[in-house]
Amino acid sequence: MHHASLSRKIFVIFNYIFLVSLSLLCLLPLIQVLSISFSSSPAASAGLVKLFPVDFSLDSYQYILQKKEFINSFSITLMRVAIGYTVNILLALLCAYPLSKEVKEFRARTYYAWFFVFTILFGGGLIPTYIIVSETGLLDTIWALIIPGAVGVFNIILLLNFFRGLPKEIEESAFIDGAGHWNVLIKMYVPMSMPVIATISLFTLVGHWNAWFDGLIYMNFPDKYPLSTYLQLMVINSNPMKMDINNLNGTLEISERTTRAAQIFLGALPILIVYPFLQKYFVKGIVVGSVKG
Amino acid sequence: MMKNSKLKREIPLHLMLIPGVILLLIYSYFPMAGIAFAFQKFIPIQGLFGSKWVGFDNFRYVLQMPDFWQVLKNTFYIATMKIIAGQMVPIVVALLLNEMKRAFIKRGIQTLIYLPHFLSWVILGAILVDILSPSEGIVNQVLQAFGIEPIFFLGNNQWFPSILIISDVWKEFGFSTIVYLAAITGINPSLYEAAIVDGANHMRQTWHITLPGMVPIIILLATLSLGSVLNAGFDQVFNLYGPSVYQSGDILDTLIYRIGLVDAQFGVATAIGLFKSVVSLVLITVSYVLAYRLANYRIF
Repeated sequence: MHHASLSRKIFVIFNYIFLVSLSLLCLLPLIQVLSISFSSSPAASAGLVKLFPVDFSLDSYQYILQKKEFINSFSITLMRVAIGYTVNILLALLCAYPLSKEVKEFRARTYYAWFFVFTILFGGGLIPTYIIVSETGLLDTIWALIIPGAVGVFNIILLLNFFRGLPKEIEESAFIDGAGHWNVLIKMYVPMSMPVIATISLFTLVGHWNAWFDGLIYMNFPDKYPLSTYLQLMVINSNPMKMDINNLNGTLEISERTTRAAQIFLGALPILIVYPFLQKYFVKGIVVGSVKG
Repeated sequence: MMKNSKLKREIPLHLMLIPGVILLLIYSYFPMAGIAFAFQKFIPIQGLFGSKWVGFDNFRYVLQMPDFWQVLKNTFYIATMKIIAGQMVPIVVALLLNEMKRAFIKRGIQTLIYLPHFLSWVILGAILVDILSPSEGIVNQVLQAFGIEPIFFLGNNQWFPSILIISDVWKEFGFSTIVYLAAITGINPSLYEAAIVDGANHMRQTWHITLPGMVPIIILLATLSLGSVLNAGFDQVFNLYGPSVYQSGDILDTLIYRIGLVDAQFGVATAIGLFKSVVSLVLITVSYVLAYRLANYRIF
């Protein structure tokens, strides 16, 4: 290291420049949208906004935040995230624990494992799934957004691989002291698995926040849409550039560029807030889950 | 007696699985039975048992659709290019990140490049529609500064597939570096020490130690990606495409959606879906078997 050659020094400098530019490339589109949202409408539609807001204005946010539909779909999403998250995590824990046992401890384990894994290999597809959701009476209820995806097989695999790495001795001594499986799961496995639970929590929360397609197909009325679906309708389908697509419901107003930008930013905001705090966990969790093979 | 107590010990384990098993049965296995629609002229009010059986008519209809082959080609092309580019770019970025010694800047860069993975295609699609707009988008403004005429990227069949591939790589490359970086961390440090003693410079160390150290994970991921050559990315395409780019950008999943849920031709849509599911099942199975043979990979 003391005698880094000239070519090495040049490489290091270019490497910094390249990687920093690359990371800015991931951020700049968001910054531009943010700037558009804080600009005045005429400046934005004239294409004057580059990296900083022009004619700073909060109009678009004022307009959105007093819009009933936006607040409504926002609250639907909050409900969906809260209930959906709880259901997903509870089911993942309940399924991962028995599946993490060895066959000698749980003889039916292999059959159950195949029952779960087969669902990621094969599926009935869009139409049959839609019809089942409809037949079970979930259409137009919040449960259509929660129940069909409640069993996250990938989360279960991530959890059960982590469970298997836990030291067996502690568990065995608990069994000798008369503890049952329920106690071992709740009092020992769950506290010891916090890093991987944090990982699947992040994926589940983000997944529920971002999900939009289920809202689009399972809800017949836009006032039942979760925020992502509402944004899909307002920001993408009402964009004049894309107007030709779903002209079926010609009721859509053509929205202002600043309003669209503000909605995009508000839709991304919760993720931008939560994400840095959970970063170290998902990196760990991904590595545990995927490179163990 | 012994057998009884063992059975008793297993009861809670069965109980824990019951809710999950029931839900999968209803929402994953029942729909699999629904592939029977593919062989019916399915009409929802008549149900699965009341609808008329038509054998392979739906499949024949699909194969005669002029769009079908184009859509299949689009799907395969877009998905394959995404897989290839989506694997090469993160490998290079991971190698470059590995050369970076300042932990603080490195962490900052990682935070930024992982970020787009967590944003949905609704958000990113909306951003792309805005920045690529021919009239007001920043990309065309920059091009115009260089004297290039505005390009309608999302409405032009020559550009559309490339935009899909590039924006998908842009969204996922950062997140994909995680696994490669982990593989690099797992390389035995004594290999580098020995190489330094032998006088190998950074270039040679990367070429002869780091890259070979990543080969197992590269092979594993390449093999597993075989299962997604018909997954061209519904969310992305749906949020970016329009009738003017159906020719180059329509994929199986968007076609199924339009035929099934917009035109309500359930039987035909299910037939296309079944075609896709069966091909995918075969490919995924092959990929798992290969991954097991080549990299000793087990999914659970």
